Amino acid sequence: MDYLPAIMRWLHLMAGVMWIGLLYYFNFVQVAALKAAAADNTAAGITRHVAPRALFYFRWAALVTWLAGAALLGGNFVEAFTLHANFAVIGIGAWLGTIMLFNVWVLIWPNQKKILGIKPATDEEKVKARRIAFLASRTNTMLSIPMLFFMAAGAHSAIYGF
Amino acid sequence: MKNPLDSLWGTVISGLVLTIALYFIAQKLVVQALA
Repeated sequence: MDYLPAIMRWLHLMAGVMWIGLLYYFNFVQVAALKAAAADNTAAGITRHVAPRALFYFRWAALVTWLAGAALLGGNFVEAFTLHANFAVIGIGAWLGTIMLFNVWVLIWPNQKKILGIKPATDEEKVKARRIAFLASRTNTMLSIPMLFFMAAGAHSAIYGF
Repeated sequence: MKNPLDSLWGTVISGLVLTIALYFIAQKLVVQALA
């Protein structure tokens, strides 16, 4: 049945666009916007109305992207994650995506809950949470560059010498 | 030393450097597998 891999690839791309699109929104737009908004006391509009909605789609899109990617690998899942022979290229991309998913659910989201007041936290805890969430988000932005390269260039086998 | 991830350009440049490093690692893995 050829429909399932095609649908999984479609889903993987759609969810991936939403995930990485929102990641780039946070890093290229929101961080700078919050700094400017804090200066004229308008940051609450972003933190109350924009950030929670963006984070909702961000974290669930990350999970859907990973699951659809895993389904797409199918029987080659182990070969990819063990960087076996012909699956080394997509395997590196898969590992980068997995590290990024971990960062979203284990570092970014729990700390954002403290920052946005969804989870109670002291001012000191909020300062620490802000730094951890920021660095995890920046790490994901950095990792997205090689991750997208290995996803896109995986099909161009000639550049790897086979 | 400043953390390159504190700046947007530092983040992008770090990502590009990592891409190049991982490309050579991938190439080595593929060549080894074919040998």
